[in-house]
Amino acid sequence: MTEPLIDNLKKTPLYTSHCEMGARMMTFGGWEMPMEYSGITEEHIAVRTKAGLFDVSHMGEIEIAGSQALQAIQKITSNDASELNIGQVQYSALTTHRGTFLDDLLVYRLAETHFLLVLNAINIDKGFSWINKELETINDAFAVNTSSRYALLAIQGPKSASILQELTTIELDKIKYYRFTTGELAGIRATISRTGYTGEDGFEVFVAPQSVKIAWEELLKVGSSVGLLPAGLAARDTLRLESSMRLYGHEINEKTTILEAGLEWVIGWNKPSFNGREALVKQKGKTLERKLVGFEMIDRGIARHGYDIYGKDQKIGMVTSGTQTPFLKKAIGMAYVPDEWGKVETEFLIDTRGRRLRARVVSMPFYSRPKG
Amino acid sequence: MYPSDLKYTKDHEWISIKNKIGKIGVTEYAQQQLGDIVFIELPEIGQVIKKGEQFGSIESAKAVSDLYSPVSGEVLEVNKILIEQPELINKSPHETWMISVKLTELDEEKTLFDSTNYEALIK
Repeated sequence: MTEPLIDNLKKTPLYTSHCEMGARMMTFGGWEMPMEYSGITEEHIAVRTKAGLFDVSHMGEIEIAGSQALQAIQKITSNDASELNIGQVQYSALTTHRGTFLDDLLVYRLAETHFLLVLNAINIDKGFSWINKELETINDAFAVNTSSRYALLAIQGPKSASILQELTTIELDKIKYYRFTTGELAGIRATISRTGYTGEDGFEVFVAPQSVKIAWEELLKVGSSVGLLPAGLAARDTLRLESSMRLYGHEINEKTTILEAGLEWVIGWNKPSFNGREALVKQKGKTLERKLVGFEMIDRGIARHGYDIYGKDQKIGMVTSGTQTPFLKKAIGMAYVPDEWGKVETEFLIDTRGRRLRARVVSMPFYSRPKG
Repeated sequence: MYPSDLKYTKDHEWISIKNKIGKIGVTEYAQQQLGDIVFIELPEIGQVIKKGEQFGSIESAKAVSDLYSPVSGEVLEVNKILIEQPELINKSPHETWMISVKLTELDEEKTLFDSTNYEALIK
């Protein structure tokens, strides 16, 4: 996740607040973002047991509108957006014609003919050019990069609903998982979505950049009495990994297909066509040459992104993400291996800086939140 | 902040030498840079290590760092508590030793930084 320091880094409207509050900053996707506040372990556990507040304003937004907006979405993304009602959100893939990922994204249906796409920060420019090109053949659908119009906060954890509820008249218990609504939060116009990237219950809140400081401060003020902590991208990464959510540039990229990434549920097979459908149909009939699996270390050690995997002395794959998870207190990770090495309980070796350590395939997710 | 009875290296280890035996740990500066320490790999008792060479590694949730020995010698003790509780290093780095070493090159002590010079180094 760390990148060399480069000039012209983008900053979110909360940059000064992060620095003043003593966050350790990092470069991510061309942005200068908070990596951690009080520490990755404490922040991670706060999200699992209480709540955490993240500034994720680096995420990109693209809106598509016009009488053929749905048709456009159906062409460029893999999931079936015709199933989306207004006020509903869908996880999907922006696919190449090879069935691989230009990005993974959330699709919000704002109105019958108006959609909001939330993309990864690193992919926003690439994604926007691609979408514009793909929309050339559709008469009445237009895309606008509205990233600069939104700041985005994520409040995540079992206490996030009760904290948020103190600042809004919206009845939050009526917003079900992957639904959103608009209203006011601390007197600010906001779109509140029951989504997140941590595996916990929680919300993502879109507000105008000029108002986000008020929302951030009010949420911290209300939340601090019940244990909410400001959290950084480092904890966001360990949280998403523990919940086995894919990260662009690690588990998914332009070379990995949706099927290899184990995300067949985001393929709307009922759609007669979308970018990459033919390639995916072709691949579905065959045994996968590689697939994404979850693993747990047997020997002591941590396998990290890029480490090679060996089976019977042959290199068979590569680790895409790995860490010691603060909540489960285990060394876990995800990796691509051939299908025959992908069954649960299968053991392989991971070269961790010269030492080959044993690991075993386990089912994903590593962690699921308690229901109810 | 940096105790004057310890000696320091540019790689941010400290050593406390008494009767030719040195206890080795990492500095406050190192633990701050690493963040939450989740894993530590230490040598075996009896292993011979050399000044400036890697004797183990330390991992935080985000990164791996190698540990370099401030002196040459033979490993006498390994602080096994750290295998289960590496976070003790975050809590009190200068009180938490990782290994003790029987020094074989006593002159090496002169090449180490004292606390004043170390503080100047990390400024």
